[in-house]
Amino acid sequence: MTKKTSNIATRRTILKAGAGLGAFALTSGVAPMSFIRGAHAADYCNAPKGKTVTLGFNVPQTGAYADEGADELRAFKLAVKHLNGEGDGGMLSTFKPSVLKGNGVLGKKVAYVTGDTQTKSPAARASAKRMIEKDNAVMISGGSSSGVAIAVQGLCQEAGVIFMAGLTHSNDTTGKDKRRNGFRHFFNAYMSGAALGPVLEKEYGKERRAYHLTADYTWGWTQEESMKRTTEALGWKTAKAVKTPVGAGDFSQYITPVLNSGADVLILNHYGKDMINSLTQAVQFGLRDKQVNGKNFEIIVPLFSRLMAQGAGDNIKGILGSTNWNWSLKDAGSAAFVKSFGAEYGAPPSMAAHTCYCQTLLYANAAEMAGTFSPEGIVKSLEGFKFDGLGNGPTEYRADDHQCFKDVLVVRGNQKPTTKYDLLEVVQVTPRAQVEYDAKIFGGDLGPVNAKAC
Amino acid sequence: MDAIFLQILNGLDKGGAYALIALGLTLAFGTLGIVNFAHGALFMLGAFCAVTFNKLIRLDEVVLHPTQKTAWGTPVEIRTPYIETWLGDFGTFLIDYSVPMSILLVIPFMLLVGVIMERGLIKHFYHRPHADQILVTFGLAIVLQEIVKHYFGANPIPQSAPDIVSGSANIGLWLGLGESVVYPWWRLVYFAFSALVIFGVFAFLQFTTFGMVVRAGMRDRETVAMLGINIERRFTIVFGLAAVVAGLAGAMYTPILPPDFHIGMDFLVLSFVVVVVGGMGSLGGAVTAGVLLGLLQSFASMNEVKSIFPGIDQIIIYLVAVVILLVLPRGLMGREGVMED
Repeated sequence: MTKKTSNIATRRTILKAGAGLGAFALTSGVAPMSFIRGAHAADYCNAPKGKTVTLGFNVPQTGAYADEGADELRAFKLAVKHLNGEGDGGMLSTFKPSVLKGNGVLGKKVAYVTGDTQTKSPAARASAKRMIEKDNAVMISGGSSSGVAIAVQGLCQEAGVIFMAGLTHSNDTTGKDKRRNGFRHFFNAYMSGAALGPVLEKEYGKERRAYHLTADYTWGWTQEESMKRTTEALGWKTAKAVKTPVGAGDFSQYITPVLNSGADVLILNHYGKDMINSLTQAVQFGLRDKQVNGKNFEIIVPLFSRLMAQGAGDNIKGILGSTNWNWSLKDAGSAAFVKSFGAEYGAPPSMAAHTCYCQTLLYANAAEMAGTFSPEGIVKSLEGFKFDGLGNGPTEYRADDHQCFKDVLVVRGNQKPTTKYDLLEVVQVTPRAQVEYDAKIFGGDLGPVNAKAC
Repeated sequence: MDAIFLQILNGLDKGGAYALIALGLTLAFGTLGIVNFAHGALFMLGAFCAVTFNKLIRLDEVVLHPTQKTAWGTPVEIRTPYIETWLGDFGTFLIDYSVPMSILLVIPFMLLVGVIMERGLIKHFYHRPHADQILVTFGLAIVLQEIVKHYFGANPIPQSAPDIVSGSANIGLWLGLGESVVYPWWRLVYFAFSALVIFGVFAFLQFTTFGMVVRAGMRDRETVAMLGINIERRFTIVFGLAAVVAGLAGAMYTPILPPDFHIGMDFLVLSFVVVVVGGMGSLGGAVTAGVLLGLLQSFASMNEVKSIFPGIDQIIIYLVAVVILLVLPRGLMGREGVMED
């Protein structure tokens, strides 16, 4: 009896084991992966435990850049929607190579929390810290200022989460202040200068005297340095470079000296409200109607933002600058994004919105490729990652400095806009090779990846 | 020489704006004894009156294009202002002159805002410490800012000067100086406008019975009230007048600086320095200090000066304020007993 029972038990054990093996076989495509993910789960900061993964979007929701921040937030929300399989999918269908399927990321639904940077480094760090510590955000993205981006990037490195920078154009972000946990899709001041160079030579010649007005902070300094490098290589002379306080408002006292300086070009290394004010006032002072050294006086705005340019009204007409992306591009990725964004919000996306959308997709794809949200996995996936279909043509996340390299747009303020959004016309798509540089020229050290548990 | 002349013009232009704002602040302080930190917000409201007037006058008829589509698939909108449809070229002329014409909206609106503000909030703080007045008016300024940002967004909204004064005046040719001495027409208009408003306020207070009563009330409120004059009502009107002055300063400034919700705060701190340097409660002092500090700020921004004293343009106003207050503790034209309790 006992022996019989023992035999039955043995058969049952075999049947149970068989059923278990069968179930394992059925789910073998997923189960071993889950096992590996589980192994990573405890190893890094904010490893998602439930059915969702939380991303932190840190944008200026108040203050001078609130409109740009609002557009960034719209793009983030749209990206999350597309990642979760809602809406028309946007650039998910054009992004190559991509393993994103529109079913969340690594089987988890994407959720998000938001923070307000107020375009101030301390506020940005505090909101990022709150999202990491209280909301368990596994990645932080956003920003509309290089000072803020550099500060938040440093925080993310210390905390052990990934930072996918939004709009930041200073060379320092992926130069002297670069960090292994930080990645920038947006172009930088060096690239603006390098892209503008040939166009400036073609349009304005080799003999010019340039006067710089420069916003007195990290972005302005690197922008001025990059433009000087470019223009002086063309043979232009630098008449004067004057630092202006951020938020000066009335620039008249800085513009009037330009009139007597002998300069025939004014380069406005200003962004946002400063750009709007200095450009508007330079035009009011008649600079664009002047003739100096037998040449027409010209104004250049190295970094153009369509959203900001609206504030300058007609004054941007004919002004040359550069931009990371423009909604009028006709490639499949741009068209898909503009269609999706326009249908959702009734207006085309800004370049800030574009870079934020791309960064969210790139992060999600990196996680899928790595099979983990661990910073180590993400860094491994993104370093040297080559992709296309996100509106900028073939692009590479350079491993040396985590800077994206792609073609750069040289644009001009549209002389005859057909709509209120049609403010910039693309003059030239400068090939990537022309804007590339050695990562060592800006110094800095990526250091090791930080993926500690927090 | 040309550079110095241009900086004098800059200084007068800036000084005019400072003086205009400081004048309103001084009116409120001199009559009601209120330290009004919402005065910058009144400047901002004036600027947004100009924006609103422009939007109203440009109200347009929207027709959907039968064939053309936007990049996101909706029909392209063709917009034509009603006023152009109805009045033709005269409609276009009115749109062109929308900033100076916005004064028609600014005066009644700002008067109303001033009176409501004084009756609804400020009067409850007459006998409270100045610190309470500062806190409540600063809070009000933030509320007004956020309301404007909610409706108009955070980006600056460009406003154009009328075409006829949108270019630059070649002052150098008129005065026999270099050709490079040019100055925007609208800034000259603004300076003349500031001078006119300041003169108008002085004339109103100096040469009218109403002004005489107000001045008497500023000296001795109780005695004037004992004569059976409702001085409170007059002071309320003066507060409204201060709001109108701030509003006019803001509206006419919009072609120089595209307004955003924060524009008032940018001027507020400087205006308080102007008031303190001029002497609390002194209208003449406010105007003198406004022009003086405007000129100093412009000269300190010259490259020649900055090469000797780097960064002096950032601190000159505060430096001079410290020196003046050390030498003249009541400011340039301050009266004994004002804010000394």
